[in-house]
Amino acid sequence: MGGIRTTGDLVAWMQLARKMKITEAKQYVADKLGIEVSTLTDEEEMRRLREELGIGTIISVSGSPKGILAKIRISELLGIPINSVELFKSQLS
Amino acid sequence: MSSKIRTRMGDGELVAMSPSEIREDIAVGTGDAADKAGVPQLTDEEQERLYEIIADPSRIVSVGPGNEVVVTDDGVPGSFYCGQDDSGVGIPLSRGQATLTYERVCAADTVSMGHSDYSFKPVKNVISNETNDYYNISMDTTAPFIYGAQPNLGSYYQPDGPVRNPADLLLGGDVKAAQEAQEEAAEKMRQDILYCGRKLNDVGCEGLNLDTSASGGDADFMGTLQVVSELKEEAPGMPVIVGASGEFVLGMHGEVTFNDKQLAGMYPHDQVKVAEEAGVSIYGVAIGTSTNESLAWNVARSVTFTKAAVSAANIPVHVNVGMGVGGVPMCEVPPVDALTRATKSLVELGKADGL
Repeated sequence: MGGIRTTGDLVAWMQLARKMKITEAKQYVADKLGIEVSTLTDEEEMRRLREELGIGTIISVSGSPKGILAKIRISELLGIPINSVELFKSQLS
Repeated sequence: MSSKIRTRMGDGELVAMSPSEIREDIAVGTGDAADKAGVPQLTDEEQERLYEIIADPSRIVSVGPGNEVVVTDDGVPGSFYCGQDDSGVGIPLSRGQATLTYERVCAADTVSMGHSDYSFKPVKNVISNETNDYYNISMDTTAPFIYGAQPNLGSYYQPDGPVRNPADLLLGGDVKAAQEAQEEAAEKMRQDILYCGRKLNDVGCEGLNLDTSASGGDADFMGTLQVVSELKEEAPGMPVIVGASGEFVLGMHGEVTFNDKQLAGMYPHDQVKVAEEAGVSIYGVAIGTSTNESLAWNVARSVTFTKAAVSAANIPVHVNVGMGVGGVPMCEVPPVDALTRATKSLVELGKADGL
């Protein structure tokens, strides 16, 4: 689906975390992002939206969240626990 | 103008076939899968759509906008720095560099890492190295980062492992001893996977992939399903992917079960149900490619098995589409024309949730 270039990572998170079939996972992610399903693979729109949400961009924007910080925001955005994020948060506290 | 269509055989060889030959192979391929698994064959309409995909004059084909699916992988970043044995391209990259390259240059939906000897038995010996690398790399990745290895029951048999080799015992006619040896090996395999799974969960593993399960037959599949159940109890936050090794679970033992279901002889639509019961998040079906048959025959067969499995499953089904599986020709560098025709067919007709 294009990974962090579009929303492939987000749809994959829903399949892994909630065992969602592809149609349900896409709809869930689209709803959380407030976009149409057809926009999920629109590179131009998702490039802007991903930077705005701080969930990691394919182009390396200096100072913009990526890695574990982006995953913390993805976990909050999608409403799912992510193992690495939970561990990281526990270590912070 | 030639009425022949440029297509492939299952070993990758370029051939020219007439439309009627391709249509016939599609009908025979779907019929073969339907007969073997006891599932419906593709409808006439689906077979005609498959013909259109196979016969498409474009070099590569793709799904329409909106039909894209997620692609999970089993060690693709490793192939950036590995050699020919792992279909690697041999670039001197670290595991972290390879993983991030896959995520940010190839725009992968998920990324992964695994030991170069891709089985849990050798991983157990170096698990602290693996968990160190996993933790460090997971701080930099954004897409789901999966750790993969094979259950690989065969690695527990002599001369590679400690357990008497059931193949030798069977040669001597000692069926009971051969069954006991498989059960003993499956228990050791289960313990090794559980050990590695616990350690990986401790470092925040975002997904564990038990790849090429049941390669050692039904006892291999049993041990895999048992350990998934245990891991889901102990580490519910760590999703588990199980990938198959073939469309048919070989009855090397013949009598082992999971939840009272006999595992020997299971086809994908039954495999996915026991995987679901064990707690698997994503199940990867694997359908072997016959090198003697055409692309049309192989893809029709793979789509038929896949459609039945997806229809039966309540969890996402991803289809293995590496060399020699999922209708993809069995050759070292799978031709992109054949690969894209197989994947498009599996998604549009097989209704796969991913690849």
